[in-house]
Amino acid sequence: MTSFVYIIVIFSIIVFAITMLGMLYRTIKGPTLHDRVVTLDAFGVTLMGMIGLLSIVLETTYLLPIIMLIGMVGFIGTVGFAKFLEKGVIIENDRDNNS
Amino acid sequence: MIEIIIVSLITIFLIGGAFFTAVAAIGVIRLPDTYTRIHAASKSSTLGVGMTLIGVFIYFAYYQAEIETQLILAIIFIFISAPVGAHMIARSAFHSDVEPYKLTILNELKRDETGSEIETEEHVRLKIERSKDKELDD
Repeated sequence: MTSFVYIIVIFSIIVFAITMLGMLYRTIKGPTLHDRVVTLDAFGVTLMGMIGLLSIVLETTYLLPIIMLIGMVGFIGTVGFAKFLEKGVIIENDRDNNS
Repeated sequence: MIEIIIVSLITIFLIGGAFFTAVAAIGVIRLPDTYTRIHAASKSSTLGVGMTLIGVFIYFAYYQAEIETQLILAIIFIFISAPVGAHMIARSAFHSDVEPYKLTILNELKRDETGSEIETEEHVRLKIERSKDKELDD
């Protein structure tokens, strides 16, 4: 039974790799900067699933905290890029002018 | 018997996750617009990776006898953070004047922010009929 699970895991890894190549294509080619940012975010999310599958193949659980870390870093990067592209600043200091 | 059930569960979750992630990639490559690409990349890949991580959780719980709670935490974190990030990116794209696709007929956020005339569905229908008439005249 475990060999069947391994076949499924290898198939999923191949599909995830092709998916990441597609995301990279749109990241390089994308017409606007927002396309690149959101596709890099999706790339990070796909990388989280890839690490989970890889930890099955390697039979270790030491890789699992990295999933959490990549999720946090990707989310903070996306929010920072969104604020920067919209207003030019990431952290707004003046609270009086609610523009 | 229990192993057959566990293996079928793992198979269903892993294949489903791979399917939804592939759908996300196809949508990101083929859709015509920034906003539709954001829609594809946020929702579908989130569901795909969530299903994959649930499959990994079941595998480690059965074969290695380790309950990895950080996987559950990671799934909850993705399901909270991905829509927020996608919404912020879409809003900043709108405020940076990224053009929608040319077949878009109703732009409600622009209507609300500029305070122009209220477009109901009848206005949109009239506009479409006028554009058709212009095409016929040309």
